[in-house]
Amino acid sequence: MSTYIHNFLAYKELLKELVRRDIKIKYRRSFLGILWSVLNPLGMMIIMTIVFSSVFRANIENFPVYLMCGQVIFNFYNEASNMAMSSILGNASLIKKVYVPKYFFPMSKVCSCCVNLLTSFIALMIVVVVTGTKISWTILFFLIPILYVFVFSLGMGLLLSALVVSFRDLQHLYGILITGWLYLTPIFYPVEILPGWVRTIVELNPLTNIITILRGMVMYGTLSEPMLHIKCIIACILAMAAGLYVFYKQQDTFILKV
Amino acid sequence: MSDTIINVNDVSVMFRLYRERMDSLKELAIKKVKGQVAYDEFWALNHIDFQVGRGEAVGLVGKNGSGKSTLLKTIAGVLKPTLGSVTISGTVAPMIELGAGFDMDLTATENVFLNGAILGYPKEMLQENMQRIIDFSELGQFMDVPIKNFSSGMFARLGFAVATIYTPDILIVDEILSVGDWQFQQKCQRRIQEMLEQGTTLMFVSHSMSQVKEVCSRAILLHHGNLILDDDVNTVCRVYNTL
Repeated sequence: MSTYIHNFLAYKELLKELVRRDIKIKYRRSFLGILWSVLNPLGMMIIMTIVFSSVFRANIENFPVYLMCGQVIFNFYNEASNMAMSSILGNASLIKKVYVPKYFFPMSKVCSCCVNLLTSFIALMIVVVVTGTKISWTILFFLIPILYVFVFSLGMGLLLSALVVSFRDLQHLYGILITGWLYLTPIFYPVEILPGWVRTIVELNPLTNIITILRGMVMYGTLSEPMLHIKCIIACILAMAAGLYVFYKQQDTFILKV
Repeated sequence: MSDTIINVNDVSVMFRLYRERMDSLKELAIKKVKGQVAYDEFWALNHIDFQVGRGEAVGLVGKNGSGKSTLLKTIAGVLKPTLGSVTISGTVAPMIELGAGFDMDLTATENVFLNGAILGYPKEMLQENMQRIIDFSELGQFMDVPIKNFSSGMFARLGFAVATIYTPDILIVDEILSVGDWQFQQKCQRRIQEMLEQGTTLMFVSHSMSQVKEVCSRAILLHHGNLILDDDVNTVCRVYNTL
């Protein structure tokens, strides 16, 4: 265990450099640069609000904030898991030439998406202020749901990146899966409107719980019941355990397959 | 001979040569059911066993496909041997390919930090030595240009400059001196000599016997994954030429 920690510390500079690279390249040559991380969720929110409040009439109080809480969490998970999945394949030439701890590749992708998530929180705060949402002290704990979704995404990212090396079909399959997952996450509808069995699935979805906790903190001034937090922690532990186990088992074969 | 720094202990590496590529789950499932997951075993290295002492310069010679690069990769820790083990005591600077891990969209300066981090060099050290890197690579006016616009020679110069800025315990060089012009090759060779004088251990692969003779004192001859000869560089080169 201590050798692992030592190894991590020896290469922590690499993690920083990889994250820095991702962020630099993402907005290089664009006029507004990193500002897009704020503008993008705002724009999406405006469109979705128009669509859902005038077309579908979802009767949710303070819909823009409700929507955005779900959106930032789900978008982060979507982006992080997808980028982490292709990280091993994308760095194939490097993996074949130099020794580096391989989990750094999916991990750096999740970290750079996390920087994005934090900037999109600025957009969320703007919406909170503009809509005149009553701000409660509980909002200060927003890092807790971020931590949950970060660990969960990291676990899934490790799992997916290791599996996709052997089964390339996963890249395409996951695209379908994530679309299903999007609709099974209460981003623009309340859980209450769902019929019995669908509701059970949606409530088992770890992202639902994370979003509910965040909404509680931002909109309703509550830290949520402990049971919800326990569910999130269990989901994180399961994802990390599965991810680490599969990744560790597979990592020596990457060089032969990428 | 002083203490052992590289210990290659009975190493064998096996690759599976699939007759057909199986990249999809469906294909694999079908083939598994039919019992047709067929592959040939190919042993790229057979029971290679040798030690290298601190400060030695060892050349690896052999024809194409004799397992030189595979052996270097196991020493660099990139490839895990199927059987046997490799123990290394010290830091390794692998130069299996110059500029592995360069990002085409970043500038040369940014790539120095990225590549340095990949090689495990601390950032402060890179900052301190930035001027030396620029001088060595002769890229002064191009340091802020994205390297996708670089020529292959500029690429190699930058890669070599970053990798050798720091004197590692073990330097692994795989046919990289064949790039760049004659002057740059001379410069690289001088830098390698300089590192050797400072006590670096060198593993050197080249097809140019004169280069091997110039740099190394000892050489190892590989043929079809077997170690045939491990001796003084002149003897090995003579045998190699009769192969």
